[in-house]
Amino acid sequence: MKAQRDVWGETLVEVARTDETVMVVDGDLANSTKADLFAAAYPDRFVEVGIAEQNMVGIAFGLSTLGYRPWLSTFGVFLTHRALDPIRMLVSQTGAPVRLAGAYSGLLNGSSGKTHQDIEDLAIMRAMPNLTVIAPADEVEAAAVVRWACEHDGPVYVRLARDAVAPVLPEDYEFELGRVVQLRPGGPIALVSTGVQSSRVMQAAALLEADGVDVRVVHVPTIKPLDECSLLDALEGCSQVITVEEHSVIGGLGGLVAETLTTHGLALPVTRLGLADSWSESGPNGFLLEKYGLSPEQVAVRVVASLLVGLPTRAG
Amino acid sequence: MTERSERPPLGELERLARLVRWHVLNTVAQSKAGHIGGPLSMTDLLVALYFSELSIDPARPDDPDRDRFVLSKGHSAIGLYSVLALRGYFPVDELSSFDHGDSRLQGHPDMRLTPGVDVSSGSLGQGLSAGVGIALGARARQQPFHTWVVLGDGELQEGMVWEAVNSAKRFGLSNLTAIVDLNGLQQYGWAAEAGRDRFDRSEPWGHADLPMIFRGHGWNVIEIDGHSFEEIFGAFDRVREAASAGLGPSVIVARTEKGHGISFTRGTYKWHNGVADDAQLALARAELLTEPEPVAEAALLTEGDRS
Ligand SMILES: Cc1ncc(C[n+]2csc(CCOP(=O)(O)OP(=O)(O)O)c2C)c(N)n1
Ligand SMILES: [Mg+2]
Repeated sequence: MKAQRDVWGETLVEVARTDETVMVVDGDLANSTKADLFAAAYPDRFVEVGIAEQNMVGIAFGLSTLGYRPWLSTFGVFLTHRALDPIRMLVSQTGAPVRLAGAYSGLLNGSSGKTHQDIEDLAIMRAMPNLTVIAPADEVEAAAVVRWACEHDGPVYVRLARDAVAPVLPEDYEFELGRVVQLRPGGPIALVSTGVQSSRVMQAAALLEADGVDVRVVHVPTIKPLDECSLLDALEGCSQVITVEEHSVIGGLGGLVAETLTTHGLALPVTRLGLADSWSESGPNGFLLEKYGLSPEQVAVRVVASLLVGLPTRAG
Repeated sequence: MTERSERPPLGELERLARLVRWHVLNTVAQSKAGHIGGPLSMTDLLVALYFSELSIDPARPDDPDRDRFVLSKGHSAIGLYSVLALRGYFPVDELSSFDHGDSRLQGHPDMRLTPGVDVSSGSLGQGLSAGVGIALGARARQQPFHTWVVLGDGELQEGMVWEAVNSAKRFGLSNLTAIVDLNGLQQYGWAAEAGRDRFDRSEPWGHADLPMIFRGHGWNVIEIDGHSFEEIFGAFDRVREAASAGLGPSVIVARTEKGHGISFTRGTYKWHNGVADDAQLALARAELLTEPEPVAEAALLTEGDRS
């Protein structure tokens, strides 16, 4: 098992061998994000800006006007919050090929707590025109997405996790922008997830199976632009959709799925699991996943509960 | 910044500057919205850059070796557009589309729409970082062009500017020059304090030693009167010297007057933006366009119309 951040650093080193447009612009976190691998391999294409995230974005934009396709290296939270305005004007509005690697996304960031947890990034970034937003599930998909982003002629936000998860995709997996991935076939209950949470959802599905509950699992790597038909196809025959994300229940994957279904006139009930409009706290990964309902066990429990309680839309 | 012919005669530059000022006031009046004071205070600086200093070719706005210009104080777009039009990037007539729907001339500069605009701006404080990135990229690519960034004195209140000031020196960017349009006013600011302010509101940097702050960051600091072409060109010469000596980034702190060049817009925050009425337009026209050499002016207009 390999962490996505390691995969990111290693893949960039590899791609940069043949692609001279790859640069990394760091905000004093290279030894956390693993941009240090790149710094060691290509010191001339590594720019240490220091703790100045807005400036990092401006500098990366400037480099992009000279034909470079720079990657930014910092914690996601400092990109999508601290540096949002430069991302908006210089990257999203211009369509500049700047790659935003949101390292240490979600809740699990080495016990740093709510100041460093980014549970709003998907909601914020997917509201940005021109921006491609991708949350890979595991190490295999992370590598594929990094390679894809290096080729893409426009801005990309990639949500990366600090710690390794059990891989859910085969070694020969090919990333296709927009397409959802049916990780597990199953009955009329669909668990829809994104990012590394998809790995935990697969474990939840195994637990549910042991309890006699058969669910299908759909992984949505591309938050934007979503291939809506591929999502609708994956949900064919469903009676209930439960979205699960290491993110606020507001505006992220849950919002995306609900919007897509209603747009197409599908009145499926959607239960959204995630951070329930609240901040989290410091703590080890296991504790946080358990307390905030995102561990495989908690997801399984919540799925069963939502099935027993019935449909919130009707109960409401 | 490459080899360049002699500076144009001062009279010609002054006439161009008056023409630019007229287009700023008149275009904004026709569009019924826009900024005045900021465009007018930087006009002489932009005329000096575009008609003498910058190594550019309006027929090839994407030339990879051109000097880059970043208008960080993007709300002064109409000033830049007027200069670009007179320099031949697009027809002068097109200025009348400023701010209109479906126009290439947006309220704030858009690098994807307007020929000659190198960097989009409008949210203050971001242009110098972009300039640092461009200058770094130029060095990595071994491209010898120079990057210029114009900032407002109010804009310098943005923290991101100082992140970039710090970076430019760390990276030793001798190919980067900032120009501060020190016009002593911003949009609203603070009430004037006797003895410390030049105009009708508190001077943005009246309480601090701005040149010293830049010096403290290791920049080459050149202080000038931003309405004197002699001093502007003197500053450009010193920038060239510092650049070729590899002394790191330079800043020209150009003391200017907000709304300069038109009697009723100068020296007041009240004309930060504004729409001139017919009487004001007539007065400004008399102040700016009564030229002893109308032929030369017509020639300039034709030059702008070409393209
Ligand atoms: C980030 C940001 N905040 C606020 C504004 C609104 N605004 C536009 S111009 C301006 C005043 C600018 O003052 P200064 O930089 O001194 O410019 P000048 O005097 O040259 O017009 C303000 C507050 C903006 N465009 N961007
Ligand atoms: Mg000002």
